[in-house]
Amino acid sequence: MRTNLLLGTAGVLGTAAAFEVGPRVLPLPGGALPPLSEILSALGDEVRDGAFWQALLDTLQQWALGLVLAVVAGIVVGAVIGSVRWLRRLTASTIEFLRPIPSVALVPLAVLLFGTQLRSAVLLAFYAAFWQVLVQTVRGAADVDPVAEDTARCYGLGPLARARHVLWPTSLPYVVTGVRLAASVALILAVTAELVIGSPGLGREISAAQSGGATALAYGLILVTGLLGLLVNVGVRAVERRQLAWHVSVRGEVAA
Amino acid sequence: MLVDGPLPVAGGTAERMLDVRALRKVYAGKDRRVEALRDLTFSVGRGELVCIVGPSGCGKTTLLRCLAGLLAPTSGDVRVEGRPVSGPPPGMAVVLQEYGRSLLPWMSVARNVELPLRHKRGIDRKRRAQLVAGSLDAVGLADVGNAYPWQLSGGMQQRVAIARALAYEPQLLLMDEPFAAVDAQTRADLEDLIRSIWHRTGVTVLFVTHDIDEAVYLGGRVIVLSSSPTVVQDDVVIDLPDERDQIETRSLGRFVELRRHIYAEIRAAKIGRRQGAGD
Repeated sequence: MRTNLLLGTAGVLGTAAAFEVGPRVLPLPGGALPPLSEILSALGDEVRDGAFWQALLDTLQQWALGLVLAVVAGIVVGAVIGSVRWLRRLTASTIEFLRPIPSVALVPLAVLLFGTQLRSAVLLAFYAAFWQVLVQTVRGAADVDPVAEDTARCYGLGPLARARHVLWPTSLPYVVTGVRLAASVALILAVTAELVIGSPGLGREISAAQSGGATALAYGLILVTGLLGLLVNVGVRAVERRQLAWHVSVRGEVAA
Repeated sequence: MLVDGPLPVAGGTAERMLDVRALRKVYAGKDRRVEALRDLTFSVGRGELVCIVGPSGCGKTTLLRCLAGLLAPTSGDVRVEGRPVSGPPPGMAVVLQEYGRSLLPWMSVARNVELPLRHKRGIDRKRRAQLVAGSLDAVGLADVGNAYPWQLSGGMQQRVAIARALAYEPQLLLMDEPFAAVDAQTRADLEDLIRSIWHRTGVTVLFVTHDIDEAVYLGGRVIVLSSSPTVVQDDVVIDLPDERDQIETRSLGRFVELRRHIYAEIRAAKIGRRQGAGD
């Protein structure tokens, strides 16, 4: 555990050093990659400005809205499809067709519907995140053990009680995986929408900084989006460990 | 209540708990039909402990699923306390072979035992706690209520499943090869546990097994099934003393006789079918 932490820190510091020294030794033409210290100081100036926090807030809002809508819709639709076999067969090929469509391909649709409003980014984030949750939930719901289900039926548990006590806990590990994937994807799509469509947020700030020649600031903002992605992942993982202590992948070795 | 042992119900004198008439189940696949049960008729009186024994693949599990209301028969009739079975009948508890899969791994042992009670009418929180503690105590697991099923050995997990059935205070207890996956010593202990529970509560028990010894040792009556397509081959009253003991009972001359008789029946059923197929 301790060696892991040590190695991890060393890795981060090493990378930081490379990005500090590299651009000084071998500068890219037109200053396309400034040294890390310049990036950080540009970011420091930006952070003291209210506009940065507004942009951060906008990005988080679009991300969260898209994600929450996707999680709710994905779980509900997925649980229904996953627990009915003929529905699973009916929808499998449709899902497999719609799922790989890159969310970015929906940019024209989003612009037509909502212009450059916040809702455009929400729509794209939703579309990307929805499939992640849906596919995992369908898998989870289909994984319900028939023995457990039969036992619950024998003891007089109705459909709702079985959904709560058997279906939901069985699907939960899958759902959590889906949410973790969806959270990352939704963030990517929120930032992409801001970059491409120009809806308010960090992505638009990056694009503005870049076209205004503030290269260091653009990189600084990119670092922020990366940090955001990291926090999202760590957060979901913490929830995962807490909720799934009983699950094979989490529980320790047991002397049976 | 029949606490001192079963009445011979072959003639149908006692009050009936379970009635099976001309039960038939055919699985219709894509290009083949499997007749799992051909024609089963028997009944079980209230408070009896009846074992159903038959060769492997004779449709014992199919039969049990029909009795539990999990599977609709192709034709024929299953009645519990005179009411036709169309879904799991109220007041029925089950113990299945796959204890590891029938207990829910995300719930503690006590919560597993409690779950059916939370959905049974007319049991308040206090009574629930009593039933859970009482039944765990009865199977010798009073101190593991907070553990998770997967932290226990196979035999202990099956005890939890039995405790769950016990806490439910069933009228009818169906057991599907419950001890097939535990070691011999644990199995003997669990057999005695079932006998003592049956004595104490007077619950009607239907115990499905492939093990002839187990059927004779446990049962007040043994229903012998033929191999598939399945009919009732024989219905044997086990006239052994009611107090059973793993060593004493199993060495009785009568035990050996009954065992041999049932074994011969099962073998005859197999041979008879083979000759029938040769015609």
